[in-house]
Amino acid sequence: MSTTVSQLAHYNAKVARSRATSEPAWIRWSLIIVSLLFLSLFLFIPLAAVFTEALRKGFETYIAALIEPDALSAIKLTLIAAAIALPLNLVFGVAAAWAIAKFEFKGKSILITLIDLPFAVSPVIAGLIYVLIFGLQGWFGEWLIDNDLKVIFAIPGIVLATIFVTFPFIARELIPLMQAQGKDEEEAGLVLGASGWQILWHITLPNIKWGLLYGVILTNARAMGEFGAVSVVSGHIRGMTNTMPLHVEILYNEYNYAAAFAVASLLAFLALITLALKSYIEWQSARSVVAAKPVDE
Amino acid sequence: MSIEIRNIKKEFGSFTALNNVNLDVPSGELVALLGPSGCGKTTLLRIIAGLESPDTGSIHFHGQEATDRDVRERQVGFVFQHYALFRHMTVFENVAFGLRVRPKKTRPTEAEIHRRVHQLLELVQLDWLADRYPPQLSGGQRQRIALARALAVEPKVLLLDEPFGALDAKVRKDLRRWLRRLHDELHITSVFVTHDQEEALEVADRIVVMNQGKIEQIGTPQDVYDNPASPFVYKFLGNVNQFHSRVNEGQAHIGDISLTLNAHHSTQNSNALAYVRPHDIDVYTEQNGQPALQAIVSYIHAAGPLVRLELQPINETDTIEAEITRERFRELALNQGSHVYLKPRNVQVFLESAITQS
Repeated sequence: MSTTVSQLAHYNAKVARSRATSEPAWIRWSLIIVSLLFLSLFLFIPLAAVFTEALRKGFETYIAALIEPDALSAIKLTLIAAAIALPLNLVFGVAAAWAIAKFEFKGKSILITLIDLPFAVSPVIAGLIYVLIFGLQGWFGEWLIDNDLKVIFAIPGIVLATIFVTFPFIARELIPLMQAQGKDEEEAGLVLGASGWQILWHITLPNIKWGLLYGVILTNARAMGEFGAVSVVSGHIRGMTNTMPLHVEILYNEYNYAAAFAVASLLAFLALITLALKSYIEWQSARSVVAAKPVDE
Repeated sequence: MSIEIRNIKKEFGSFTALNNVNLDVPSGELVALLGPSGCGKTTLLRIIAGLESPDTGSIHFHGQEATDRDVRERQVGFVFQHYALFRHMTVFENVAFGLRVRPKKTRPTEAEIHRRVHQLLELVQLDWLADRYPPQLSGGQRQRIALARALAVEPKVLLLDEPFGALDAKVRKDLRRWLRRLHDELHITSVFVTHDQEEALEVADRIVVMNQGKIEQIGTPQDVYDNPASPFVYKFLGNVNQFHSRVNEGQAHIGDISLTLNAHHSTQNSNALAYVRPHDIDVYTEQNGQPALQAIVSYIHAAGPLVRLELQPINETDTIEAEITRERFRELALNQGSHVYLKPRNVQVFLESAITQS
């Protein structure tokens, strides 16, 4: 009896609370339906289209489009660019976030603004900047030719463009996290006699690991998917300086839809994996924040 | 280990955090740095620890200059207001951290680390929590673990920054008594920062009262409470009533009453501020022939060991606070609106000219 009463009271309280604080049902439902419609129109349908188009001419054509030498070379180049850009941005991101969150220095706000620059600048402009600097007519063009170095229309240019467009991700992810954590723990480590490396390794990095992983995944996704900046500096040389997104474009322009969609499906697949990893990390980091309740004294 | 602080100055931009501070902390004492927020007490503590460096001045540990000594070599233990426990390490690993980061040559063996950590956890009575993580502990437990961690490196000086500031009133009280007992057991030179005068008065051997980057007074708790050196100390340590008065040849005149002072014998007719603690005011319902301040009872707080009266003097605007025992309150049979006569018992006077100078 008592349980039914308390359950009823609980139920009533819940109803009262929701009625008092939320919008009428028709508003809620129309909001949900509008966003679902929008999502399916702009996300689910195109995603499904990529995979259906890719497999339209059968599974064998699909595989053939992926193991063809130019495609393999594009996949390889994409992986190389990401593999170089990622560790560099990892170091830069942690260093920048550490400096901004834990120290006071002049020009700090300028540094924060500069980190955001790649978000603000169109990737095409970013690519053009590198052409301007390293291109044949550029500032270092002659010097590069004299020393037999190739940056533009070669792998170094692609890597540079990739680094440029991806470098805010890790720093942006870490700065608010590290600012919220403060520097008490690092100072505690210092007073206890730990060296700078020991503090970084045993105190700072474990505290930011989920944020860092999240930043790494976003960086990786962007590095592999970048089109604009890479397109300007790459020169589109098949089998040489083509990344996956560029390869997709070339195939599409040649009306080779099945192959274009096959390579595109790889990129889409990568995006799905990224999303899954991202959700997993968010779930993990939420779990590590919501720890068990305090033990009574 | 004793600490000597000489002419320390520290500025943050245009804000002067410490202005020419001199202080001696004798070996084995428990000293409280007491003051309102922004008075520079935490900055002073951090300078002693080496977490900040002074603009000018020097610090000496046991007579040896240590101003530029690295934090790691100062052999200090530091306890933070918000504990600063390593959140991803167990309680055991937190306490062991200071031992584990030592270079191989001086690092104790694993067995020795185990022994030492458990010994410390027993000292803070939390051995049973060794495998827990900090977020699983209550505030009081966390601060005790933080203390054990600070003690693990066998510091010569223990520095505590508002150690009980983030705890609720009951835990705070228990923990500060516990800290006092621990200090009596270990006799390690300790400096702790607090803005809570009750805490400083109860725990410390010696209190350093600070205000606006300067030391106002140094003394034992009884000393600073009974003989405040300035109006600021009077107001900061406990409740106090302030009266405008005139001092003439060792006599203070407040309204109609005059009181004989122990000082100011040669002062001629000067304006002064007189301070009286609420419990140093006698309350009467009849005048008894002697001059007294007349007031109306405007509010009665009867909950607590003493009855607190808010009184509105008839010829003045500032309210007066008085504390009387419950027996006395019953004897007088006071009500809101009662007419009473007040006689201050223990008055300390500061000449206005002296106050404006400092």
